[in-house]
Amino acid sequence: MRLNYPSSVRIIRVPCTGKVDVLHLLRCFERGADGVYVVGCREGDCHYQNGNFRAKKRVEQAQQLLDRIGIGGSRIRMCNLSSSDAPLFVRFAEEMHAAVMSAGPNPIRGARAAMKAAPDASSPAAHP
Amino acid sequence: MGLPNDYDEGLSMQRAAFKQYAQAIPGAYAIRKADKAPCRMACPAGLNVQGYVQMVKEGKFHEALEIIMEDLPLPGVLGRICPHGCEDACRRAEVDEPVAIRNLKRLAADRVDPRGIQIPCAPARPDRVAIIGSGPAGLSCAYHLARKGFRSTIFEALSQPGGMLRVGIPAHRLPREVLEQEIEVVTNLGVEIELNTALGRDLSIDDLFRKGYKAVYLALGAHKGIELGVPGEKADGVRQGVDFLREVNLTGMARVGRKVVIIGGGNVAIDVSRSAVRLGAEETTIIYRRTRSEMPAWEEEIQAAEAEGAGITYLAAPQEVLTRNGQVVGLRCIRMQLTEPDSSGRKRPVPIPGSEFEIECDQLIPAIGQRPDLTALENITGLTFSRYGTLEVNAVTYATERPGVFAGGDLQTGPWVAIGAVAAGKEAAESILRYIEGRDVAAGRQPVAHENPRYRPIPQNETRRPRARMPELPVAQRRGSFNEVELGFDEPAGRAEAGRCVNCGYCCECLQCVDACLAKAVDHHQVPVTRDLQVGSVILCPGSEPFDPAMLANVYPYRKNPDVVTSLEFERLLSASGPTMGHLVRPSDGKEPKKIAWLQCVGSRDINRSGNGYCSSVCCMYAIKDAMIAKDHAHGDLDCAIFYMDIRTFGKDYEKYYTRAKDTAGVRFINARVHSVDEAGPGRSLRLRFVDEKGEIREEAFDMVVLSVGLQVTPETRELAKRLAIDVDRYNFAVSPPFLPVATSRPGVFAGGVFQQPKDIPGSVAEASAAACLAGRMLSAARNTLTRQVELPAEIDIRGAEPRIGVFVCNCGVNIAAVVDVKGVQEYARTLPNVVFAGQNLFTCSQDSQELMKQAIAEHRLNRVVVAACSPKTHEGIFMDTLEGTGLNKYLFEMANIRNQDSWVHSQTPRQATAKAKQLVAMAAARAATLNPLAEKVIPVNPRALVIGGGVAGMNAALAIADQGYEVVLVEKEERLGGMAHRLHATIEGWDIQRYLQELMGRVQSHPRIQALTRSLIVGFGGFKGNFTTEVLVGPGMYERKIDHGVVILATGATEYRPTEYGYGQSEHVVTQVELGARLQEHGARGLAQVVMIQCVGSRNEQNPNCSRVCCQAAVKNAIHIKDLSPATDVFILYRDMRTYGLLEDYYEQARRKGILFFRYDADAPPRVETRDGGVTVTFRDRIIGRELQVEADLLALSAGLVPSDTEELSSIVKLARTPEGHFMEAHVKLRPVDMATEGLFICGTAHSPQLINESIGQAHAAASRAVTFLSKSRLTLSAVTAKVNPDVCAACLICVRSCPYHVPRINAEGVSHIDEALCHGCGICAAECPAKAIELNWYEDEQLLCKVDALLEGIL
Repeated sequence: MRLNYPSSVRIIRVPCTGKVDVLHLLRCFERGADGVYVVGCREGDCHYQNGNFRAKKRVEQAQQLLDRIGIGGSRIRMCNLSSSDAPLFVRFAEEMHAAVMSAGPNPIRGARAAMKAAPDASSPAAHP
Repeated sequence: MGLPNDYDEGLSMQRAAFKQYAQAIPGAYAIRKADKAPCRMACPAGLNVQGYVQMVKEGKFHEALEIIMEDLPLPGVLGRICPHGCEDACRRAEVDEPVAIRNLKRLAADRVDPRGIQIPCAPARPDRVAIIGSGPAGLSCAYHLARKGFRSTIFEALSQPGGMLRVGIPAHRLPREVLEQEIEVVTNLGVEIELNTALGRDLSIDDLFRKGYKAVYLALGAHKGIELGVPGEKADGVRQGVDFLREVNLTGMARVGRKVVIIGGGNVAIDVSRSAVRLGAEETTIIYRRTRSEMPAWEEEIQAAEAEGAGITYLAAPQEVLTRNGQVVGLRCIRMQLTEPDSSGRKRPVPIPGSEFEIECDQLIPAIGQRPDLTALENITGLTFSRYGTLEVNAVTYATERPGVFAGGDLQTGPWVAIGAVAAGKEAAESILRYIEGRDVAAGRQPVAHENPRYRPIPQNETRRPRARMPELPVAQRRGSFNEVELGFDEPAGRAEAGRCVNCGYCCECLQCVDACLAKAVDHHQVPVTRDLQVGSVILCPGSEPFDPAMLANVYPYRKNPDVVTSLEFERLLSASGPTMGHLVRPSDGKEPKKIAWLQCVGSRDINRSGNGYCSSVCCMYAIKDAMIAKDHAHGDLDCAIFYMDIRTFGKDYEKYYTRAKDTAGVRFINARVHSVDEAGPGRSLRLRFVDEKGEIREEAFDMVVLSVGLQVTPETRELAKRLAIDVDRYNFAVSPPFLPVATSRPGVFAGGVFQQPKDIPGSVAEASAAACLAGRMLSAARNTLTRQVELPAEIDIRGAEPRIGVFVCNCGVNIAAVVDVKGVQEYARTLPNVVFAGQNLFTCSQDSQELMKQAIAEHRLNRVVVAACSPKTHEGIFMDTLEGTGLNKYLFEMANIRNQDSWVHSQTPRQATAKAKQLVAMAAARAATLNPLAEKVIPVNPRALVIGGGVAGMNAALAIADQGYEVVLVEKEERLGGMAHRLHATIEGWDIQRYLQELMGRVQSHPRIQALTRSLIVGFGGFKGNFTTEVLVGPGMYERKIDHGVVILATGATEYRPTEYGYGQSEHVVTQVELGARLQEHGARGLAQVVMIQCVGSRNEQNPNCSRVCCQAAVKNAIHIKDLSPATDVFILYRDMRTYGLLEDYYEQARRKGILFFRYDADAPPRVETRDGGVTVTFRDRIIGRELQVEADLLALSAGLVPSDTEELSSIVKLARTPEGHFMEAHVKLRPVDMATEGLFICGTAHSPQLINESIGQAHAAASRAVTFLSKSRLTLSAVTAKVNPDVCAACLICVRSCPYHVPRINAEGVSHIDEALCHGCGICAAECPAKAIELNWYEDEQLLCKVDALLEGIL
């Protein structure tokens, strides 16, 4: 249907959301991504039976970790849709884009910039 | 062009060039065409009218002219003076008035100078052609000759070119500058015109040939006026109309009288009158011998002449020119009257004796016709003439008897329309080309007869729009001037007028798509080709059409009210890709509905109105589904009410869905047939009137009404069946022989899907497989005789080599290139690590691009390939094949989707799209560098099948496989084969089950490739698709046997439920339907005065929430049987919903006609049964009269449901998934109905779900067919995308064992996890779960994913 959605989105292909590891999710933030979302089949319609439920759990786990370390759990979410539902795909992209815009840049980026500016400021006291 | 989108049920628009729907595979476009539009057919020159009208509509005047000038060099001229036969043929007249086609042509020529249109011409040829006459025929011939590369010279007798266009038509109708410009169109192509050069006087045909002209075209026209033939005609002041007009048109003046009388009724008479007025005549009178309605002059011309003051005297003919001193002073006329029609179809005028009268005049101009002046031609050898004084030619080639001489136009036809002369000139040009080239002049040019042309139907809701009126010069400004009277449409008016075209031919053949398609894929010359195919079998799956409720307009205001929609239209409204993108709104006003009603059985179960007596089987389920989805989509509360006769949710687990809709989702089910739908007015609600269950008339208002339309066989399918000589029933469904559900009356022809009878998707899919099975049975000897092997080069070893990546960036025509800077992406790609080559292609997937890719791989020694194009979902395979063709492992490949994920979806932000494309390419290149070659495991297939269960389904599956040449081991736990069928006697159709069973068992037992093991049990099972081993304890000795086989078919069957309800087992007068069937078989209906049957015993309750599907028909079957044996017996059937789906409905109807009584009961208030001596007393409530009824029955038959055979142990051994009720669970309910999730295992029969014997047979054939897809391959190639364990890291924590959805990982003898690649589905769940990261999924290794993240975010921090 070629519906336009924010061009801030980049897609990484996996065979099933069940393949997505917490480590993968965290690596994105570690490298400076502002937001990540995992898009899987509708609940109950997983091509591999239950991969999307596993992904959901891992996303929740990553959310808690991000909250705990101050990056913010709102930067990650799980979405479910059927492959034919283009309008919903667009909605998810727009929502995620909006969520990231309101959360602002990944704090790691700011911290890294600060570190570069003052290489000695890596003591625990400088951490928020 | 806007046409209704059929896929959206006409709720949205599409173009004539369209893709069926967004996700259609193949994702290709088609062009919708009908026969050539009637306007085009009516045009003598065959102008593509629909095409240029559509271009005008779009405001594309340049393109409109290009289309017109394909055939006609004089668009502005014909746009003014053509009598437009096209408009007479225009089907818009069926709505209101024809489209003003001619004026639209003129508008195009007004907007764009035709001289500026590029006329494509063939390379110049040396041969020259002479053309006599520069009228429309001569100009057209010269024009078309020039396009073919011939230079021609036109010789014109008069001082100015244009022929009749110039000297016959006054400037107020055709301004001189328009004519001159368009003659220039012709001369600009190198055509020379020699004026004042007449044939006969100045040159001869022989001269021309002598001078080297290769051919001569005679187009002298018809310039000689026909005389009146009355006395006094030679007097001064009498002048032929054509002569008068010639003088006016050549000199701008001519002598006119004060009082001018003109004789005639054609356009010439009118032109004379209007010219005379302009030149100062005080009074003009036209004398015409018939009435106005016979007058050949155009109505608008007559009106214009009248407006300019001309008088017209009808029904009068001249008798004598009155003269004084040789000068005309008047005319004696006689009154005429019309009698019977003459040969022209017009009424013949005859004089009324004694009605003579005289009129005064000082100038008399006869304009009763003209004819060719043949003086210059009469003596030329080889030319022949008709008795009408015209030149004779071949009707197709326009060749005269003299070689090299051709002719056309008025000279040949007598006075006719200019566009006819244009057509003749064009045809002559083709003849001259062939003549000069020495080819057959006539071949392939016979006119094609178009009988019963097929056109786009005129939309029923097409609104009436008046035809645009031509603005005119005010009458006061016309006298004394030859300024043009018709001023031409302005652009908005013209474009709106063009919008009235109904596009009879769908595609208007404007050929814009041909230019737009960079792949040159569009060919408008494709025509249907008849081909003969040698086949061994034919499978018919023509599908069905939804019933069109328009014929029930008096009941449902469908099409009258936009808020009354069919279920299919409603589905489109719910669809995310539909006209409202899934936003549920009312079509009339775009507001969200609050209340929706579904009316069931529209065009089904209806013998009165639609004639479709059968049940369409699918509507109850789809209505419930749509109600559920509608509730889901609605913002806020949505009230959904389904009005039904019987809810028929008889499919596997369908009843559970119904219960959920009713009890959890709150969909209302109202057992009533709505008898009227009244409109409360536009934008207001619809009022439904119906009789409720208590017999009271009720009314309820809804915002929308959905008609649950049934399925029916299309008329095209009916015709197809006739052509193939297969029998159909009275509803046009294919008739099958007993116990062969997809066969037809003609051996070798099979039918599946709804054409066989109405059914749902799982049924259709299974039947398709069944049909393939029966076809395969006949063709098995020919299997693999026409296959070819692909030869692949040896794989290149890339171990240890540095990655050398080639990036191929695709333009995808304009799909990517119009948004993304492809060159920029290509250049950027070259800068990426490991990339040694970057190229771009117009279409990377095209055949020649594949060759270029192979060359690049070889030339640059590429060992990884990245294609930046579209989706790997559709194109990965093509490129992987190319890699393999060069010896590269196909897994050394990666795609960057810069189309679907970029150019298509960021078309508004091209700069960002280019930046994104670069990043996607960088990510893909990073991943490509990490890829390793992967080996796909090839496993052998054991060509033997194991069938578990020896009932009708199992035996049929076994036979179907064995007949195709494979061995079968059939395992049955009982002592004999046959299963449940031993207890059944006849089907509802009256087919003898026992005889069939005996035959079937005989065939199984005598089949050389079937081993039937009875009293045998499965005790062990292992292996994977193609390679299973099963341990069986074989009776009676119970020795153990190991069977190796490639596939398994599960056909363990079901048994009749043993009721605990209604006194069953306590009284001999309470039996099940199966027992009743046996009793009727053995004892007939003796002693049965009253019989009661209770439905849904052991079904649709808490213990078994499903419908058992077969019991309603069993009750009807037995009830009819009783009535047939003993008509006096009263039979009462107490039911909840009668589920006689499909064609079974006929038997339900028959039962009612036979007097069998049906009473509906509620699940909460079931009948009460008391046993007594000699019978039972059944008490139940009749809902219509609202009273309890009691029947003293001799026999109570319980319609006991079907329960699957106990497969608990088998399931644990073979690891089979089952529903809570014990049916085996298929891999996909709709699309893989007979496959188990484990590959190589298939299900059929009542082990799958309750079904009739015929349905079981069909499913058995389906399962056999699916099984043969494995057995027929000697080996299977498995995907290399599987998980692998690193044993050094594995801690045997069992997390992978537990998390695998397919139970594949095992802890092996070494104490570590082992994943069998033959069983692995490649989801990667175990890899993600593994805490030690001991598992990697091939091709999706962690590093192969993370490197994309790194590449994407490089430099961000």
